[in-house]
Amino acid sequence: MSESRNAILGKLRAGRDAHPLTPPESDFAVLRNKRWDGAERLERIKRMMEAVHTEFLETTEADWPADVQAFLKAQGTRNLLFGPATEAGGRLSAEWAEGGPELIPYADRVETFKERLFDGIDAGITTTLGAIADTGSLIVWPTPEEPRLMSLVPHMHLALLRADALYDTFWQAMTENRWADGMPTNALLISGPSKTADIEQTLAYGVHGPKRLVVVIIR
Amino acid sequence: MGETSINFAKASSAALQDQQLRGNFRRAMDGLMSKRAVQFADTAEWNGVRTLGASVRLRALSKLPELLEKLEANCTKNGIQVHWASTIDEANAIVLSIMQRVNAKLVVKGKSMVSEEMHLNAFLEKHGIESLESDLGEYIVQLDEAMPSHIIMPAIHMNTKQIAHLFKQKIKEAEYTEDVAQLTDLARRVLRKKFATADVGISGVNMAVAETGTLCLVENEGNGRMSTTVPPVHIAVMGLEKVVEKLEDVPPVISLLTRSATAQPITTYVNMISSPRKEGEKDGPNEIHLVILDNGRSGIYADEELRNTLRCIRCGACMNHCPVYTKVGGHAYQAPYPGPIGSILMPQVEGLEKRGELPHACTMCNACVEICPVKIPIVEIMGRLRSEAVHPGDAVRGAGSHASKAEAMVWKGWSMTYASPLAYQFATALLAKLGNAAPTSLPLLKEWTNVRAKPRFANRTLHALAREKGIPDV
Ligand code: SF4
Repeated sequence: MSESRNAILGKLRAGRDAHPLTPPESDFAVLRNKRWDGAERLERIKRMMEAVHTEFLETTEADWPADVQAFLKAQGTRNLLFGPATEAGGRLSAEWAEGGPELIPYADRVETFKERLFDGIDAGITTTLGAIADTGSLIVWPTPEEPRLMSLVPHMHLALLRADALYDTFWQAMTENRWADGMPTNALLISGPSKTADIEQTLAYGVHGPKRLVVVIIR
Repeated sequence: MGETSINFAKASSAALQDQQLRGNFRRAMDGLMSKRAVQFADTAEWNGVRTLGASVRLRALSKLPELLEKLEANCTKNGIQVHWASTIDEANAIVLSIMQRVNAKLVVKGKSMVSEEMHLNAFLEKHGIESLESDLGEYIVQLDEAMPSHIIMPAIHMNTKQIAHLFKQKIKEAEYTEDVAQLTDLARRVLRKKFATADVGISGVNMAVAETGTLCLVENEGNGRMSTTVPPVHIAVMGLEKVVEKLEDVPPVISLLTRSATAQPITTYVNMISSPRKEGEKDGPNEIHLVILDNGRSGIYADEELRNTLRCIRCGACMNHCPVYTKVGGHAYQAPYPGPIGSILMPQVEGLEKRGELPHACTMCNACVEICPVKIPIVEIMGRLRSEAVHPGDAVRGAGSHASKAEAMVWKGWSMTYASPLAYQFATALLAKLGNAAPTSLPLLKEWTNVRAKPRFANRTLHALAREKGIPDV
């Protein structure tokens, strides 16, 4: 419908040119000045995310695969969806001990994997690009190795967060890392498990996405 | 769409009789207002981010045609197919033709006010396509065959009991329960099956970034992510004003939006989509379509003052704080956008013949202007539309359609009386003597006295009293 395109743009241009508008400068200082020091950042992230039912698991670089396995076992989780081709995925499969839960690789296109994904997966684990102190949010960029649905369909989402990959604000994270130079297919901020307040303003968790979000902090 | 006038007065007086409804709204709005206030307790921060947010929206409007072209170019480069629609009929036709090409039978929808504006569900049903709302509030409203009553919380007019009955009645596997967690879980089970099998996902757009060709969506439930990730085709619909220039413009607007709307520092998900599934990726839609809708917006844009309506980021805060909306609720407006923003937007989109009453659904208290995160002069625009409704002109569709000879004569008489001291003295003296004798059945008086006591006139005029105190007339 390029006719409509040209008509719309023509009308907008005529309207604007008849009454041009000079916008005020955008002063980002209010975002630039939001700062927390190192230790405060993580504390704030935990506090804000716990307020919306996020759980935290503290571990170390050496122990995290074993700690994740022990945690899931204790929760009675039957299986864990993971990305086998990532570095984290490599460690999971190398260090996963006998005795469950079952590790399930997200290795096929969703078309051949959909039924299993929607029906038989308890938990999924992904990496993150860090977290944001201002709002208590994880930065997640899905990749071919860690597809989009891993952090959405399983009932529990585990997210690996390195304790030093923290930002003050969303704005800082995107400007410092020059996101505008190349956005991925999908970029996400995740700030808790799925929730709703659509029934009489009563909070309920786990409406369409994960019922539980567990942040695995790696120091 | 016909041009018959929508009767707000009648619908609102019916709503006012409904104690249940009033209770539901009062509770919800009080909660929202106090929680929002906590979010913006730091006044300096609020002023800073609000000024920044308003500047982002104004800058986008100042370059609107160029930014839309840039958005189109960047989306196209990313593999997103861009469509333009002047009217809702065109937009619906575009959506339908995509559906028919992929032979779609089932559509899952994330929440989108523009799709409400398009009456898209009804349109698709007519063409044999099941269109299912997946936002819990929208799902409830759809089951109830009703309209959303709030742009952020569509089912805010209902309480848990009413929803429990509705689920029991409309969902096969439902057991009666008033437990919110169980009701939510039931919806989860029903809708998960639909996400997995839907042919197309439809979403709105909270912001589209011209610089990168990115569509931003904020939500708490994950249904938006489901709708835009699981089905093989994703169609996003947006009003043409939703574009922003740069990626860095997104954080301040999102911060204002989520805090104003539901008093959250951020929503559970901020979903930024820049392309369909790429080579090697295992999920995500193979096709993304962006439908850019005008539907009267370019006309609004042409007017320097009315243009400010297009700054709106659809946070709904003006509703929560409006003394009219909080009493009568959203349905009385009989419009996809109720409350203050609806009262200025609907007449501009659908014309004053049909929506001329809405700018009068306002006490001019200015509460909405004070909390609007992008500083829209809502009340001024309200006044402007009242005046447009009675003066023929071409700024707004249907301008002059509410002009009445009787009203014009009253105002003319009033201004003549006030321009002449003699006429004024005569008139006030006459009212002092005879005003109280006027029967309440007189035309204009009747409407006033319907729900109010008739004002009593003092038997001596203010001028007379002042003269007695020795204050000269001039
Ligand atoms: S007019 Fe302002 S307060 Fe109302 S919905 Fe739009 S942005 Fe929010």
